[in-house]
Amino acid sequence: MSFINLKDITVSYDGKVDILKKLNIDIEEGKLVSLLGPSGCGKTTTLRVVAGFIQPKNGQFICEKEDYTYIPVHKRNFGLVFQSYALFPHLTVFDNVAFGLKMQKVDKKDIKKAVEEILEVVDLKGYNSRYPKELSGGQRQRVALARALVIKPKLLLLDEPLSNLDAKLRLKMRAEIRKLQQKLGITTIFVTHDQEECFSISDKVAVMNGGLIEQYDTPEEIYTNPSSEFVARFVGFENFIELDKIGDNIYQSKSGVKFITDISDKDTKTKEKLVGTIRPDNIKIIDNENEAENNILEGIVDVRTYLGKEYQYSISTEVGTILVNANNEKIYNQGNEVKLYLPANKLVLV
Amino acid sequence: MKGVFNMKHNKGLTFFTVCVYLFIFAPVVIIIMTAFGPDEVIAFPPKGFSLKWFVNIFTSDMFMKTFSISIQVAVIATIIALIIGVPAAYAMSRFDFKGKGLIKNIFFSSIIVPGIVFGFSIFNFIIIKWKLPIYTSLLIGHIIIILPYIIRVVASSLEGFDYSIEEAAVSLGASRLKTFFLVVFPNITSGVIAAFMLAFINSFNNVPISIFLTGPGVSTLPIKMMSYVEYYYDPTISALSVTLMIMTIGIMFIVERTLGLSYFSK
Repeated sequence: MSFINLKDITVSYDGKVDILKKLNIDIEEGKLVSLLGPSGCGKTTTLRVVAGFIQPKNGQFICEKEDYTYIPVHKRNFGLVFQSYALFPHLTVFDNVAFGLKMQKVDKKDIKKAVEEILEVVDLKGYNSRYPKELSGGQRQRVALARALVIKPKLLLLDEPLSNLDAKLRLKMRAEIRKLQQKLGITTIFVTHDQEECFSISDKVAVMNGGLIEQYDTPEEIYTNPSSEFVARFVGFENFIELDKIGDNIYQSKSGVKFITDISDKDTKTKEKLVGTIRPDNIKIIDNENEAENNILEGIVDVRTYLGKEYQYSISTEVGTILVNANNEKIYNQGNEVKLYLPANKLVLV
Repeated sequence: MKGVFNMKHNKGLTFFTVCVYLFIFAPVVIIIMTAFGPDEVIAFPPKGFSLKWFVNIFTSDMFMKTFSISIQVAVIATIIALIIGVPAAYAMSRFDFKGKGLIKNIFFSSIIVPGIVFGFSIFNFIIIKWKLPIYTSLLIGHIIIILPYIIRVVASSLEGFDYSIEEAAVSLGASRLKTFFLVVFPNITSGVIAAFMLAFINSFNNVPISIFLTGPGVSTLPIKMMSYVEYYYDPTISALSVTLMIMTIGIMFIVERTLGLSYFSK
């Protein structure tokens, strides 16, 4: 049995609309799991149920085989880090970090030792007597992290902790969070809407939509093999082609173009509508038809956009507009006729 | 910087500003000057210098007694109103509950209803119907009129206090009550002090309510001042006004020294 189980969690704020609809998720001990999704998908609500700020209407939250559903927040001993850091403005760095231990009535000497240890871990040695307003955003974030970790929490909950930092600091902090999390081996739930951020630090990612988990997998699996059109769109798949199955691994567009895919179609047999999807990066523009035998689309360049490293072409084909990213070696102009090759091992069915 | 609002270059604006200041401060200056006049009636400009009216206040039992009642009522009413008002403000700014709008309106009704109407209805109920002692009625009346100020000021300083800070405290093992005293209260002290001063001054200055709730033996200073002016026209009232001004300035000075007035504009 996993370390954490959310079973059929249903949450409603007004009693009418369900924000979470029978949500289930298992998290193994020591892993960092991200909840990823657009705003309003229920990811923060899920985190708040785990933290104890929201009582679910139905369902159960189990942590280490113990039912936590109705345990009050202040008795859970979970570490929380908020988007706004939520440091106590009237207390120094030391007192901020010591707060949790004081609540546990830990001996003064032990508090001092523990606080100084954790401040060293987050690289804030010597900042004891500073006030939060005297710190930079990154330093505040580290104090918040130290404050959550010093109580040796069973679970670390991070609610978009990096979104208030500038881009450079965000990269640095997410590496630090990952390093700390692995070093301490603490089970962590990380809420974010940033796909790249969440892929870079998670063991597993739960992509959420409309109060449900659409896909719960490793970042690699979600990136290369999304299970639904929503997940595909959210993680950067931009081309969607409606297909009909006409044989083993052979599909046909409504207009009659045949496609072969190597990626197994999983449970797609049960779906009414089959959609083939592929990233703009994975489509090749070919000049010679001999380069590939199948999965070829003909089209005309509509728009060329310069992306810096490469160009993005918007190409109209008989299956609709297709986006392709191509390098700068050969440049195509508006109106050029081109042939596109969609490799069978990159075409995903959702 | 040169602009339309540059005082040095805009004579019309300078003139207007001077007029406004004159309008505000000229009467105050006149009161201060008349307080030191030797004549038996208020005269401006005064024809000499005398401190006898100040002596008059401090030797008059009537003024000293009502002054101490006013202070007592203001302090006690403000403290009780804070004890009611701070939790009320907290509840209204943090929780959603049934009838919140109604309770809010009830708390603020004493500002909307004209003071004289309110004073009369309190008089009617508390003194005539329930026959409560005058002093108690006076306290109740003052608590009710200053409550809206306290709730509003405290609520606005709670509004500016990030709720996730409280959640952080709770997640670190503090109960809701502990969180309030250890985390919320230390961060709204400026609001609470501002509320205290506003409430104190409102209670101390109040006439329309106090006038119904005072009676034999129990009266407040503003009421006594009014009835004094009805019978005498000597500079005692001017001297009393000056004393009250000094008192207010003294309070502001202490607050400025201990907290800094800029503390309130945060």
